[in-house]
Amino acid sequence: MNRDGLFEVYQVKSTRQENPRTHTLTFDAPLPSDPGQYVMAWLPGIGEKPFSISANDPLALTICDVGPVSQALCALQPGERLWVRGPLGKGFVLSGDTHILVGGGYGAAPLSLLAKQARASGHKVVVCLGAKTRTDLLMLEQFEAMGCKLLVATEDGSAGAQGLVSLPLLDALQENIPAEVYGCGPAGMLLAVHQLCSRALVPMQLSFEALIRCGVGLCGSCELSEETCQQLGIPFGFLVCHDGPVLTPGV
Amino acid sequence: MIGPELSCSFLGMLLRNPLVLASGILGTSCSLLERVAREGAGAVTTKSCGPEPRTGHDNPVALAWEGGVINAIGLTNPGASEEVPLLREAKKRLARMGVPVFASIFAPTTEQFGETARVIAEAEPDLIEVNISCPNVASEFGTPFSASAESAAAVTRAVRRAVSLPISIKLAPNVPNIGQIARAVAEAGADAITAINTMPAMLIDARAGLPILKNRSGGLSGPALKPIALRCVYEIARSVSIPIIGTGGVSTGKDAAEMILAGASLVGVGSAVWQDGPAAFTRIGAELLAFMQETGYDTIGTMRGRAAR
Repeated sequence: MNRDGLFEVYQVKSTRQENPRTHTLTFDAPLPSDPGQYVMAWLPGIGEKPFSISANDPLALTICDVGPVSQALCALQPGERLWVRGPLGKGFVLSGDTHILVGGGYGAAPLSLLAKQARASGHKVVVCLGAKTRTDLLMLEQFEAMGCKLLVATEDGSAGAQGLVSLPLLDALQENIPAEVYGCGPAGMLLAVHQLCSRALVPMQLSFEALIRCGVGLCGSCELSEETCQQLGIPFGFLVCHDGPVLTPGV
Repeated sequence: MIGPELSCSFLGMLLRNPLVLASGILGTSCSLLERVAREGAGAVTTKSCGPEPRTGHDNPVALAWEGGVINAIGLTNPGASEEVPLLREAKKRLARMGVPVFASIFAPTTEQFGETARVIAEAEPDLIEVNISCPNVASEFGTPFSASAESAAAVTRAVRRAVSLPISIKLAPNVPNIGQIARAVAEAGADAITAINTMPAMLIDARAGLPILKNRSGGLSGPALKPIALRCVYEIARSVSIPIIGTGGVSTGKDAAEMILAGASLVGVGSAVWQDGPAAFTRIGAELLAFMQETGYDTIGTMRGRAAR
């Protein structure tokens, strides 16, 4: 579908409040896509922003209210419409049958789709989630309901270990070396995941956030910095919107 | 017998092939320019830079549609003085690969075109491309300078007075007589002409009942633009003797050949990057070489302008 790159119109079927600032919108139709891919969501007259896909059948987007467009999206009610183009970018590809998923803050959203896919194939899934505080931890119940093992850290210690998500990841890696680690979250977290996994010699896939504008690999605004590329051992000039958002660091 | 040769000369430069990264596509950083060069471009053009920094328009800024791409990015750039070190570094890195760097500039007034060119010239780009034809800033800057022979020539003179580097003036397709405008800028001192910029266009989402782009109007590029570009390049080639960077909708080697046959010395490639990323350059170059082999053209020079005679 959507081969011409233009918008499909979806209707909101239901909404769920994840925390005071975050809502999941579930729509009336599926969007065939890989975990980690994203869409551009347009509210005519308001604006357009990129969002990762948190479920694809039917389509669901998990949206944090951080600006005018996301605020309007969070206010959408069942029956209201959203214009969607995508799926865009390169997503996660499951490799092997034991996995550790590492999510920081909103990074949990695309990982829930990945966990669902892995669990449907009977794979073993450990999920490490980190956030500033307990209410910022997203989708805990969903991961648990899928049968994932959940390890949690918060910066203020209000849930799980006190500290960054690298703590539970280190525990998980010491307990069992998985076939692959998948990370989604802020750049600092991903670089820490990269270091830990490199040291443990575990292959990984990391999903980066960036200022995505055109979404078609033309405008250059989502380029990863040379410093980040160097740390990850990938060639300079990586475009998050087109080459990513998921990347495989070099060895 | 030796096979056909893609390398060609342009204003005293020797390029490994005639394919140039068009301005506005990925020309925002050294690492992206370097990536495009690595992927096989013969030369690269930076994203247009103006006298002051600009964030550009809000989303939606770009869309792919069945005929190509439409965009209204809105001249996002860091401003000329910030651009200079970027250009210097890009030139240094790309010189190792033998790939010239063309610096695109724009400005809101004729005088500021001269000033911006003078600032950018400090970085000694191989050519300054003078973008007088962006279709997406009319609400702020008024009618583009490309709209008439007089205003196009006035900008050309201002830039010519400001710098001694080679300059190419980038023209718009939506004019009644592009040959006349080309003659005026050639007489005003342009060393080359880049033709064409994108075509002003609009997409409307019927269900939303609104134009899709936040700027409402945008610039159309990609396959739908090619026949318009071919005709413009043909008209310019018949009107002036300075070289042409033929740009507009080239996405295959055969498209590039058509542009050269219409009279282009170099061929701009932009929206094709949307299809297969920067690797488009390697593919288009290989296709152009195969076309030359098949049809018996030895050099780009022997092809140039054959359809315009």
